[in-house]
Amino acid sequence: MAATEQRAADPGVDPAGLATRLSRLTLTRNLGIALVAGVVLLLISNALSPFDNLQLATMAYTFIAVAGLSLLTGLNGQVSLGHGALMAIGAYTAAKLFAEDPGPGWPLLAVLLAATAVTALAGVVIGAAAARLRGPYLAGATLALAVALPSISERFPDFLGGSNGLTIIPPLPPSGLGVDFALERWHAWIACLGALVAFVVLANLVRGRQGREWRAVRDDEIAAELCGLHVARSQVLAFVVSAACCGLAGGLFVVVTQLAAPGAFPLALSVSLLAAAVLGGLGSLGGAAAGAALIVLIPRWSDDASAALGLTTNVQANLALAIYGLLLIAVVLLAPRGIAGIFGRAAHAVRTRWESQQMRRHERRGEVG
Amino acid sequence: MMVTRKRRLAALMAVAMLAVGVSACGDDDSSSSSGDGGAPPPGVTDTTVKVGGHFPLTGPAAPGYSQIPKGIEAYFEYVNAQGGVNGRKLEYIARDDGYNPTNTVKVTRQLVLQDKVFALLSGLGTPTHTKVVDFLNASKVPDLFVASGCLCWNEPEEHPWTFGWQTDYLTEGKILGQYVAEKYGGKKIAYFTQNDDFGEDGVKGLDMEIPKDQVVARETYESGNTEIGPQVAKIKAAGADVVVAFTVPAYTALLRLAQVQLNDVTPLVVSNVGSDPTTLGGLLKSFSKGKADTSLIEGMETASYLPALGDTENPWIELFSKVRQEYLADEPLDGNILYGMATAYTFVTALERAGEDPTRQGIVDAIKEGDLQGPGLVPTRYSADSNAGYSGVQIGVVKDGVIELTGEPLVTDAGEGAIEPYTEEQPPPPSEGVPGT
Amino acid sequence: MQRFLDLTLDGLASGAIYAAVALSLVMIWRATRILNFAQAGMLMLTTFIAWSILDAGGGYWLAFAAALASGFLLGAVVERVVIRPVEGAPPLNAVIVTLGLLVVLQAGAGMVWGNQPESFPAAFSIQGFELFGHTVPFSRADLFAVIAVAIVLVLLVVLFRRTSIGLQMRAAALAPDVSKLLGVRVGRMFTLGWGLAAMVGALAGVLVAPSVFVSPSSFDAILVFGFTAAVVGGLESPPGAVVGGILVGLALSYMSGYFGSSTVTLGALGILVAVLMIRPNGLFATSHTRHV
Repeated sequence: MAATEQRAADPGVDPAGLATRLSRLTLTRNLGIALVAGVVLLLISNALSPFDNLQLATMAYTFIAVAGLSLLTGLNGQVSLGHGALMAIGAYTAAKLFAEDPGPGWPLLAVLLAATAVTALAGVVIGAAAARLRGPYLAGATLALAVALPSISERFPDFLGGSNGLTIIPPLPPSGLGVDFALERWHAWIACLGALVAFVVLANLVRGRQGREWRAVRDDEIAAELCGLHVARSQVLAFVVSAACCGLAGGLFVVVTQLAAPGAFPLALSVSLLAAAVLGGLGSLGGAAAGAALIVLIPRWSDDASAALGLTTNVQANLALAIYGLLLIAVVLLAPRGIAGIFGRAAHAVRTRWESQQMRRHERRGEVG
Repeated sequence: MMVTRKRRLAALMAVAMLAVGVSACGDDDSSSSSGDGGAPPPGVTDTTVKVGGHFPLTGPAAPGYSQIPKGIEAYFEYVNAQGGVNGRKLEYIARDDGYNPTNTVKVTRQLVLQDKVFALLSGLGTPTHTKVVDFLNASKVPDLFVASGCLCWNEPEEHPWTFGWQTDYLTEGKILGQYVAEKYGGKKIAYFTQNDDFGEDGVKGLDMEIPKDQVVARETYESGNTEIGPQVAKIKAAGADVVVAFTVPAYTALLRLAQVQLNDVTPLVVSNVGSDPTTLGGLLKSFSKGKADTSLIEGMETASYLPALGDTENPWIELFSKVRQEYLADEPLDGNILYGMATAYTFVTALERAGEDPTRQGIVDAIKEGDLQGPGLVPTRYSADSNAGYSGVQIGVVKDGVIELTGEPLVTDAGEGAIEPYTEEQPPPPSEGVPGT
Repeated sequence: MQRFLDLTLDGLASGAIYAAVALSLVMIWRATRILNFAQAGMLMLTTFIAWSILDAGGGYWLAFAAALASGFLLGAVVERVVIRPVEGAPPLNAVIVTLGLLVVLQAGAGMVWGNQPESFPAAFSIQGFELFGHTVPFSRADLFAVIAVAIVLVLLVVLFRRTSIGLQMRAAALAPDVSKLLGVRVGRMFTLGWGLAAMVGALAGVLVAPSVFVSPSSFDAILVFGFTAAVVGGLESPPGAVVGGILVGLALSYMSGYFGSSTVTLGALGILVAVLMIRPNGLFATSHTRHV
């Protein structure tokens, strides 16, 4: 990745006062973006059929997980093939709380917060281990995590439902929205709201002091340490934030599909999350959104295309997968910054309006370096 | 428990109300074409009826089961060639869920919300289909003839739109259990079952007939994990005289291979869904060099509620052989294609009965009239208060690569009821092979 | 005791196969500092090629040879076409490219051969030997697997230690720039390394296929077990990979036998994490270097 080659030293460059002012501006800006996006999503959702709303909801929770992974990999340099397993932790937590006897399950918000918190906690443990591993070792270990973790449910069939999984009763729209209100639309609203909240939180982290610290650690651990940064702690924190995102995504997954089962979290899920993050452009939230949208839409497009072209079932069943794979390779070889990089110039212009001269110069340096 | 049940019901009703809203909205788009009789239901036009199902077309459960939709499509084409049902041609959409419940949720919603099918037909699998039953019932989509023997398809109060078809695993388990208990009286019996509702229902039935102290091993496998050697070794170590398996075909094959490795010749009694000789022969062909493909499963015992493929005299087998020859020439008529055709036949009967302008409620009512034995060896249990399909099975044995039925069909209930022989002659198909002709 | 013996032999048989996968990972790691996640896909593809030959009526040994040959070719082509551009780039690039390749290979195989498991024969009888009047879960086919992997290991050691080409390969891997100056054709050595590694992977594929059937995703778990074995052995040494493979095979067999088969992948994860945390350079590492 070009991004990983970047040599940054932000912490030393930025005057503290500027940083505070910037972070306030950033918060306002991000809230603004979220608000606009929220209105747009609301309008889109109202125009969509139930099935399309379902896809919108899928995109929304996928975005959260992809954004978490993209931040971890793009900003902090830790690669994970195990984020599907983290989603499973969030999903099972949510499913247990939704369905748990006695009495009514927890309210939706509490369930989602709990899913986020539990997964973040798991992130502390996994992150602490991950902080000691580098590159391919970390990738391999998280790959094993992705393959192994879902089988825990088969070990405890009474508590986690075995391969049958756990089913929940879907959260219903408030009666105030009228009886005609589609369940799928309601779920799309919930998922989109979750995505927007995640966006605001992540965007502030990325732009803020923490984001700079992460980048510094990514670019040169030794230099970061010399600057007084606590490298391991910074890496664990990045993993925890990333895990929390997956927890929320997993919780929303359960809201939307009403199911937590081991088959929902295969290695392919983890790979597709990474694919989305890479396609979108590692470290970019906008890219994460584009990547998430793509991995939801590519299977649909390829289904339509193969139906239109009269391709055989075998080809049809594998076309989407082939496209992901080819895109993954192509992006790394041809456009290392993904979609975000391609649209980067335009985005850059908008962004720089809010940033100091100093930061802009630094970004440029990063791009050519 | 009571509280949960009530809460569930309340929630379901709420979902149902919503779904009505949704379908009402959906109808708005296409209501312009409707006349005085109200809009036709989704999936039904003046010239077509569209139904669909989910199947494992890929993955470990695919061998065998992926043939079922081909059988359905072939019989539909046969019916279409004779003018369809009340002038409407039948269309079938089979979507792949890879036997993965999460994908089942996804593709079923796609079938209902995007493809807008009139009904689900033959959605396959217990762990898979259980995840969409609530959704289908809330959306009031007829969920017909689920391709699984779970007892849970027969819950007319809670799931009025869902109907079983094949003999349920409990009934099959009881009859297999009685057979095994008689044949292996006092001997050691082992179970090898899939670790989910499918296996558990079968074990429930077996346990009703087989004395507990005779069962020396109860081993399970997880679908997807091909490592079953340790379980089979345990069964062998327990000194079992017979293994009763509720397995999908790939795992029947793996069980047999693990036995070969241990030079274990313990006879197998395998549930209907895991015993199709053609499928097993395909999976085992690399291991039976120089011999007939099915040599490794020769003598395996099983049960069936449909006529045996080897019984070429049977008019139903004649009919379905003819259909296969015309519309599915590349494939041999195996148990799964037979299954698909038989299901399709039952569906066509019900649709025919539902009248000139079929509605979703109409086809459900038509099934509840009962008397849908069709190609089955035993009657169905469909009635005003039952959504269950076939009521029994006949024991069979694999001989020269095909199942040969022995004794007579046995029927019982899915409870404590006794097992009784069913002696009525099987009614032949109508002359043209299409219901109502 | 009988059970312990059974599980030990079972573990030895699967350990040989994990060792072969680990060997192929280690060879690529040594040559290019890349962890080849596509290995599961590459050995799947070569096994399918062998399957096609068998299905068309070809003999077992012809299919076996075809798998190895196509493995070599595939490894070489993959190195030339998609790996060359990411050699020396940040490790993340290689991780993503090999994953992408894994996905492409699985999808491609699904398109050509379908996603249903297919039956694959063993070289010899799969019926276990009689030992003390008891059939043990260790057959001629398993013995063949163990011997084949042992032969491969010996050949590799001889290649690396005793031949000029092996020396050049090691030199290219250790110090590409210096080697280049000394006239070693570094690029060609990398290609050769990948080819040989993929060939060893192909061997693992045909050896394991009888017990898992062949389908595009049949071999995912093998990759995890093979990686675990490679890490146990230290990712650097071929003999370490083989010992790691046997150890992992034994450990997983005991876990599966005593705690149930659903614990196997968790067991692999446990071993992997434990080794990485306590001895990140493997159980047999002599030097301590950290590769960033």
